[in-house]
Amino acid sequence: MSLRIVVTVKYVPDATGDRHFADDLTVDRDDVDGLLSELDEYAVEQALQISENSDDDVEVTVLIVGPEDAKDALRKALSMGADKAVHVEDDDLHGTDALGTSLVLAKAIEKAGYDLVISGMASTDGTMGVVPALLAERLGVPQVTLLSEVSVEDGTVRGRRDGDAASEQLEASLPAVVSVTDQSGEARYPSFKGIMAAKKKPVQAWDLSDLDLEAGQVGLEGAYTVVDSATERPARTAGTIVKDEGEGGKQLAEFLASQKFI
Amino acid sequence: MAEVLVYVDHVDGAVRKPTLELLTLARRIGEPVAVALGAGGADTAAVLGEHGAVKVLTHDASEYADYLVVPKVDALQAAVAEVSPAAVLVPSSAEGKEIAARLALRIGSGIITDAVDLEAGDAGPVATQSVFAASFTTKSRISKGTPVITVKPNSAAVEAAPAAGAVEALSVTFSAQATGTKVTGRTPRESTGRPELTEAAIVVSGGRGVNGSENFAIIEALADSLGAAVGASRAAVDAGWYPHTNQVGQTGKSVSPQLYIANGISGAIQHRAGMQTSKTIVAVNKDAEAPIFDLVDYGVVGDLFDVVPALTEEINTRKG
Ligand SMILES: Cc1cc2nc3c(=O)[nH]c(=O)nc-3n(C[C@H](O)[C@H](O)[C@H](O)COP(=O)(O)OP(=O)(O)OC[C@H]3O[C@@H](n4cnc5c(N)ncnc54)[C@H](O)[C@@H]3O)c2cc1C
Ligand SMILES: Cc1cc2nc3c(=O)[nH]c(=O)nc-3n(C[C@H](O)[C@H](O)[C@H](O)COP(=O)(O)OP(=O)(O)OC[C@H]3O[C@@H](n4cnc5c(N)ncnc54)[C@H](O)[C@@H]3O)c2cc1C
Repeated sequence: MSLRIVVTVKYVPDATGDRHFADDLTVDRDDVDGLLSELDEYAVEQALQISENSDDDVEVTVLIVGPEDAKDALRKALSMGADKAVHVEDDDLHGTDALGTSLVLAKAIEKAGYDLVISGMASTDGTMGVVPALLAERLGVPQVTLLSEVSVEDGTVRGRRDGDAASEQLEASLPAVVSVTDQSGEARYPSFKGIMAAKKKPVQAWDLSDLDLEAGQVGLEGAYTVVDSATERPARTAGTIVKDEGEGGKQLAEFLASQKFI
Repeated sequence: MAEVLVYVDHVDGAVRKPTLELLTLARRIGEPVAVALGAGGADTAAVLGEHGAVKVLTHDASEYADYLVVPKVDALQAAVAEVSPAAVLVPSSAEGKEIAARLALRIGSGIITDAVDLEAGDAGPVATQSVFAASFTTKSRISKGTPVITVKPNSAAVEAAPAAGAVEALSVTFSAQATGTKVTGRTPRESTGRPELTEAAIVVSGGRGVNGSENFAIIEALADSLGAAVGASRAAVDAGWYPHTNQVGQTGKSVSPQLYIANGISGAIQHRAGMQTSKTIVAVNKDAEAPIFDLVDYGVVGDLFDVVPALTEEINTRKG
């Protein structure tokens, strides 16, 4: 038996940098360094653990839709231990929204071949948390999402989803789409050996025509959403800061009373 | 007037507050028609009617509880087919966003998630989003199909607006996908008696500075003096001092209360992503250089073990 896992990973601007929008109101990618969205490291980690715990022959492919620089993120995932990578890159992808992204990802996943798709719970830039559900809908397979615990055995994926009202145990047959939370387990650091090995691993490059897609279906032109404006939030006016010299609690109570909270 | 579908988040017929907020926003765009699914759906009609729902479409089936997400998408799609609404509004919970996304794809529409405000516009509803850890405010709209928009809790005031709230049975045929993901077990969360974190008007949070699960009693006492919900940073959650469901931040809950009090929290970007839209921000931290002080309306540089109990005592005294 063999198990083909495709892990979706996104290349995002570093959240600790000064993120901005470009003139066309898409994310300014020149201003801030990009990296592998941290929440997708958890997806790579779970794929590797499923692989390590399986008697089957497991192949882990990482898949990214993004610009040239997104290769850095693929390298990181490969050096963690993924077997190979697919990079979908095309100038016409600029400004693609969630529906478009899920279309491109679904086409690429089908072309790559899969039994299991693993995504992060959300990207750290758009933070929508909808792409895994969209992939399940497009691929016509079960969605087993937002898992804090996941296992695969005999063609069945099981996991725990911690929701607001309850914690649920879920189960579905493969093929399926899974997303994992940052509670699923710390992601490993690439070892020196892993980093060296990654340099030799295959990275396949596809453009829209490889996926039988046309420019009008994606990018700003194909988008179902329009951003009309993006304004930087005015810096908060400097607040009052006091040093506690025994009266800090009382002073704070006074402030809260002045704001009618007590 | 155009109808606007509002997806009802309820627990056995008890409507959660974000849904009532959606009814306020829906009335800016058209006439709210609510969709209440599962056990107790019909019991929601009275309160939805008091808040502006002209109609409440209900459907109950065991599929809603036994399978993940898709049965609800099937039902909402049936409601869209029946009503031909001007927009569909869904609360921005994790599940709400997944339902909304699949619906949008099926009906050939775009989706906007995590709106913090909504207005009628010439080319359809305009959604305000607060992005990049609330450092930018964007205005967006959906350019194709019926706008599907998810809205964060605390984005609008709940307003009474009596309407008919007439219950009508929705007819739903489940798709082949509906039974794909089984819910094989469910452990309900125990109620703490405190307000729901995302809905609370005041949130009192503790971080690594609280230094131990037993010390969270100090944070809880302050919360109780204010009728507040309790939040925690990921550092406190990862240390096992407080449940993950109370985590505030990028991978926890995003909160937007009237007042947020951060105790022993440094203010890392991922924490700020979940609380920066709070109206008034207060922090207690012994490090005057902590980044959280860049956000505060009022900050106390001091030991939380001194400041927080003194604050709680003072509040309780003032309340008499
Ligand atoms: C601030 C901001 C707000 C936005 N708001 C909207 C909006 O309201 N509506 C809309 O349609 N679009 C929106 N977008 C665009 C959207 O972020 C992109 O289309 C994106 O690729 C998909 O959404 P996400 O990153 O939020 O995905 P999420 O659903 O948060 O991502 C979940 C997972 O999907 C996978 N994934 C997502 N994108 C990729 C990718 N390119 N390559 C590989 N894997 C991927 C990753 O595993 C990720 O962890 C927004 C973008 C930004 C920067
Ligand atoms: C992908 C990703 C997602 C993340 N998601 C989240 C998230 O959702 N939520 C979140 O919170 N974090 C999140 N984080 C973690 C985040 O980066 C920080 O590590 C975390 O917020 C730090 O928590 P803290 O402020 O409690 O701890 P610290 O940064 O250690 O700060 C503790 C603070 O307490 C103060 N202090 C100590 N003792 C006292 C005392 N006696 N009295 C007063 N002050 C005291 C210290 O001065 C210090 O400022 C995420 C990280 C990553 C990489």
